Amino acid sequence: MGSYVLRRVLQMIPVFFGTTLLIFVMVYSLPGDPVTALFGDKAADPAVVASIKHTYYLDQPIWKQYLHYMGNLFQGDFGTSFTGRPVSDIMADAFPVTIRLALMAFVFEMVLGLALGVLSGLKRGSIADTLVLILTLVVISIPVFVLAYIAQTVFATNLGWVTPTVQDSYDLTQLVLPATVLGSLSLAYVARLTRTSIGENLRADYIRTAVAKGLPRRTIISRHLLRNSLIPVVTFLGTDLGALMGGAIVTEGIFNVQGIGNVLYRAINQKEGPTVVGIVTVLVIVYLVASLLVDLLYAVLDPRIRYA
Amino acid sequence: MTTVIENNQKNDRLEVGTPLLEVKDLHVEFHTRDGIAKAVNGVNYSVAAGETLAVLGESGSGKSVTAQTIMGILDMPPGKVTQGQILFRGQDMLTMGNEERRKIRGQKIAMIFQDALSALNPVLSVGYQLGEMFRVHQGASKKEAKEKAIELMDRVRIPAARQRVNDYPHQFSGGMRQRIMIAMALSLQPDLIIADEPTTALDVTVQAQVMDLLAELQAEYNMGLILITHDLGVVADVADKIAVMYAGRIVETAPVHELYANPAHPYTKGLLRSIPRLDQKGQELYAIKGLPPNLLKVPAGCAFNPRCDVATDLCRTEIPALHHVTDKDGKELTGRRSACHLWKETLHG
Repeated sequence: MGSYVLRRVLQMIPVFFGTTLLIFVMVYSLPGDPVTALFGDKAADPAVVASIKHTYYLDQPIWKQYLHYMGNLFQGDFGTSFTGRPVSDIMADAFPVTIRLALMAFVFEMVLGLALGVLSGLKRGSIADTLVLILTLVVISIPVFVLAYIAQTVFATNLGWVTPTVQDSYDLTQLVLPATVLGSLSLAYVARLTRTSIGENLRADYIRTAVAKGLPRRTIISRHLLRNSLIPVVTFLGTDLGALMGGAIVTEGIFNVQGIGNVLYRAINQKEGPTVVGIVTVLVIVYLVASLLVDLLYAVLDPRIRYA
Repeated sequence: MTTVIENNQKNDRLEVGTPLLEVKDLHVEFHTRDGIAKAVNGVNYSVAAGETLAVLGESGSGKSVTAQTIMGILDMPPGKVTQGQILFRGQDMLTMGNEERRKIRGQKIAMIFQDALSALNPVLSVGYQLGEMFRVHQGASKKEAKEKAIELMDRVRIPAARQRVNDYPHQFSGGMRQRIMIAMALSLQPDLIIADEPTTALDVTVQAQVMDLLAELQAEYNMGLILITHDLGVVADVADKIAVMYAGRIVETAPVHELYANPAHPYTKGLLRSIPRLDQKGQELYAIKGLPPNLLKVPAGCAFNPRCDVATDLCRTEIPALHHVTDKDGKELTGRRSACHLWKETLHG
């Protein structure tokens, strides 16, 4: 077990270098010059451009830039954005917002998704089941930005319960609507996955044994059925936590949430290499850690899986 | 190591020979997309305390469906009991409430399944699954339940039971898993055990061990046993009487040795001829021609007639009743019945 975790952590090292290099190269090979773009329509003074380029190390060949960036990174310096703010500052502002948003979306999709999935899985063919199937299908087929605009129109414009966009990104109550929209797609997947899994396990031989043992229905469901049925759902939920954090770009944009997604979007547009690489690197690490935790949880849920 | 047993010694244990279970005119159907499959068509059998009834038949003969109906674990739908009674100690289980029925399961009637690996929950330790019987039915504490689980594992001769109680089903061998299933079925000393092909998934040497254990424990606790199998070899040593099923009907019943010595139904005869024997070495092994009938369209008359060597026109039109069977002098043979129009010829000819 310990050696397995160690091996997985060691595996993260090449993944870390690979991602940073890849993102670095991709950002720097984007067409256009970020520095001249800073001047907008105005003509840029070549001397100023050269000086800015020198400050940001942009006048060096790309491999030198990368080494320079990595060198700084290992000293805890994520670099500086074009506005002059350290990237670590920007991330320290934005990540807490996105983490809150993602966690709220995660809790929403997990609790409601599991509940709906268990309900429809146990009562296959019932009205509730059909309703869950139709609703989840609708959610899956509608793109998230459409869903976001519908939610805005209904809850802000028509009902007036919330403001259309988030005014204060640190206010949890304002994040409820964006979080719901963000989590809805995964909720539909969780519900359907749980439903299928429950349906399959209901027909399993060991459930028949549990009935033959004279166990009450409640015990059969909670002790014998749920644990077995949740194994695939846990896998999905774990990897989804990482995806929720990185995948909030559209939702954050529509609801004006000042999180990682918004910052990343702006940074990509302005080709701010250090910001993009910094954020993506952190997201990749979050993703790797989440999937390691899922794999470990897997062994807890299913004793047939052993890591050595 | 018999303390589990002594602790729960039930006062209401029945004398040997007292009727325990009676299945009367049971009909079960399955509603499928292709039509109604009549899986069980008027089955009658009974088991007394201390007695072993072997139910013999091919796949699809209705032997397992009957057992599942008795146990109350038939999938409904698609399954449906359309007619009949299942009397347990004189009470019809089919008209009981769910809760009353549940209390019989596990405590009074227990079941052993064919494939212990899939019948045991893969994510719970065997100790938990054994102890669960005591916790649910007797309100035992976690610790008591575990102790009793260890005693049970000892009782069915699992080596180092105390060390292995927290192991999971996949960590045991096939024979041990089946012994754990047996331990689970025996845990509350039920009046009746239904064993659905308990040894089919095991290799031959282990089969014998498991059957011996089952027979020994049955005799010790004076339980009724319904042994469902397609294996004539398993039956011979342990059963008292045999019911042979074909296409959802009982075609012959007899005390075990009489059936082997002198079958009264062509199907039974065919089954016995298809057992490999040492003195037939080198000869071609007999096989009953044809296939078991499709339950969606069972042949008219006797369901066995298309495969039968001696079928007459009568066999193709009229379903034979389960006749009482007499010896050559016309004296009725107790416990012997045959659902063949030509039982006389089959038995005496």
